[in-house]
Amino acid sequence: MTAIATPTPLPAGRTLRLGASRIRYEVKTYFRQGDAVFFTFLFPLVMLTIFSVAFSEQSFGTDADGNNVNAAEYYLPAMLAAGLLLSGLQNLGVDIAGEKSDGTLKRFGGTPLPVMSYFIGKIGQVLVTGLLQAALLIGVAAIVFRVSLPTASENWLTFAWVFLLGVITSAVLGIAVSGIPRTGKSATAVIIPIALVLQFISGVYLSFAQLPEWLQNVASIFPLKWMAQGMRAVFLPSNYESAEVGGSWDLATVALVTGVWLVIGLVVCRLTFRWIRKDS
Amino acid sequence: MTSTDPVVSVRELRKTYGKFAALDGVSFDIERGETFALLGPNGAGKSTTIEILEGYRDRSSGEASVLGVDPGKGGLDWKARLGIVLQSTGESGNVTVREQLAHFAGYYANSRDVDEIIAAVGLEEKSKTLIRKLSGGQRRRVDVALGIIGRPELLFLDEPTTGFDPESRRQFWQLIRSLKSEGTTILLTTHYLDEAAQLGDRAGIIAGGTLIDIGRIHEIGGTEARIPLVRWRENGVLREERTSEPGRVVASIVDRLGAEPDDLEIVRPSLEDIYLGLVATHEPARELENAL
Repeated sequence: MTAIATPTPLPAGRTLRLGASRIRYEVKTYFRQGDAVFFTFLFPLVMLTIFSVAFSEQSFGTDADGNNVNAAEYYLPAMLAAGLLLSGLQNLGVDIAGEKSDGTLKRFGGTPLPVMSYFIGKIGQVLVTGLLQAALLIGVAAIVFRVSLPTASENWLTFAWVFLLGVITSAVLGIAVSGIPRTGKSATAVIIPIALVLQFISGVYLSFAQLPEWLQNVASIFPLKWMAQGMRAVFLPSNYESAEVGGSWDLATVALVTGVWLVIGLVVCRLTFRWIRKDS
Repeated sequence: MTSTDPVVSVRELRKTYGKFAALDGVSFDIERGETFALLGPNGAGKSTTIEILEGYRDRSSGEASVLGVDPGKGGLDWKARLGIVLQSTGESGNVTVREQLAHFAGYYANSRDVDEIIAAVGLEEKSKTLIRKLSGGQRRRVDVALGIIGRPELLFLDEPTTGFDPESRRQFWQLIRSLKSEGTTILLTTHYLDEAAQLGDRAGIIAGGTLIDIGRIHEIGGTEARIPLVRWRENGVLREERTSEPGRVVASIVDRLGAEPDDLEIVRPSLEDIYLGLVATHEPARELENAL
């Protein structure tokens, strides 16, 4: 663009300032949508409750001291991982596809809002809602279902980076897939099945070790399997590590695969995201 | 760019979709502070033109300059100088009128006062209502408010008063007049010819992708099209006569009949009459209606 004298030049640092303003706006509007709150925010909690109640008589093994591991303890890491996927990929994929077709993005395209501020708003919304969701899940698991939480700071450190890396990757992938549905109306029909299939093959609802090897190999390409494994490393007793497919939590690969997907997502967003498709 | 350069300048603008030319060589200028009304039937190319100038569409050929910048390449500081009221909006609007305006005000370096804007569009009583709960006309007023919150130098209004009741439309005209008095340049499209006549300084009439006439609102269509019509009833038959001397014609009728003629009126063609005449001669078949 040629340099022209503008009457009031845009101040520096506005991308971050507007990003922060977008986060507040996004979080506020997120909780005003009843359906999103139920289907993405509370869904993992509903599932955890169902599993805990349905399998209340069942044992999911014992820890090193011989204490019984109940259904809530066994499913807590899986539901936390599902929450990451729902809050990021599913929520943003559907949300942005809707904004694309209802004209919200077209309006932004006519304002001096930087695309990066919009992304910061979306990722920030996922971070805030994902954090609240995780706190709710862990809180209910501990208080209602008597799950004994890990006490070692090492576990919580692992939780912190798995959560943070997972939630940001999931959010970026949500922005990336939002371009797939052709209309806002078809968005849920396109994106929810993707999220659902991933949950079934990644050890969220079904035990990963019991899946056929070829399906394990397919699931291992995608990040959800690794996020779930990272969460198991945090919340399951250490003697469960040997039950993993590789016989180890393998946190290095958790970081690597999730990180690669983060980069892929960022590249796809950079290359494909447009406020509007010109000439559509 | 100097202050005397046109704010918008378009030369031989063309936009083709396959073999179909939505715009086929349109040229016009809009001077600083001017309100220019782009008129034409649906599918004539109004929105294509305005969206090219807003940077939403690429042109196939021709030249376009908006505030001295090629609209296909305008950056954020260029957008900060524009106000855009799009033709259609369908946002879910899970924010209140006030929240939305306060949020958008933050995008601009020199935005207007939020409460002032809310008052200017007449939504004081709805400022704490969620936008999705507003009526169509009220939402449209939010669109207009969002278009002017950043104190734009150039304001695009694409059919801004669709869904307004007559009172809101009058109030909207008042708002636009005050923007004009502040020196805002405005590009307006509308189907309400009285609106164009009220607000516009100049108008361009577009049909079939070409500009069929352009000029000052009170001159468009030429003097011929503005010749008044005298209409009266004589022996039960409605008669009319086109004349540039309606007073004399009426006097002669009165003389001839020796009485006051029935149903006498002198009609000056409105912008709408002139517009319809121009479009009808140019576009006998409305096949373009379905083309976009």
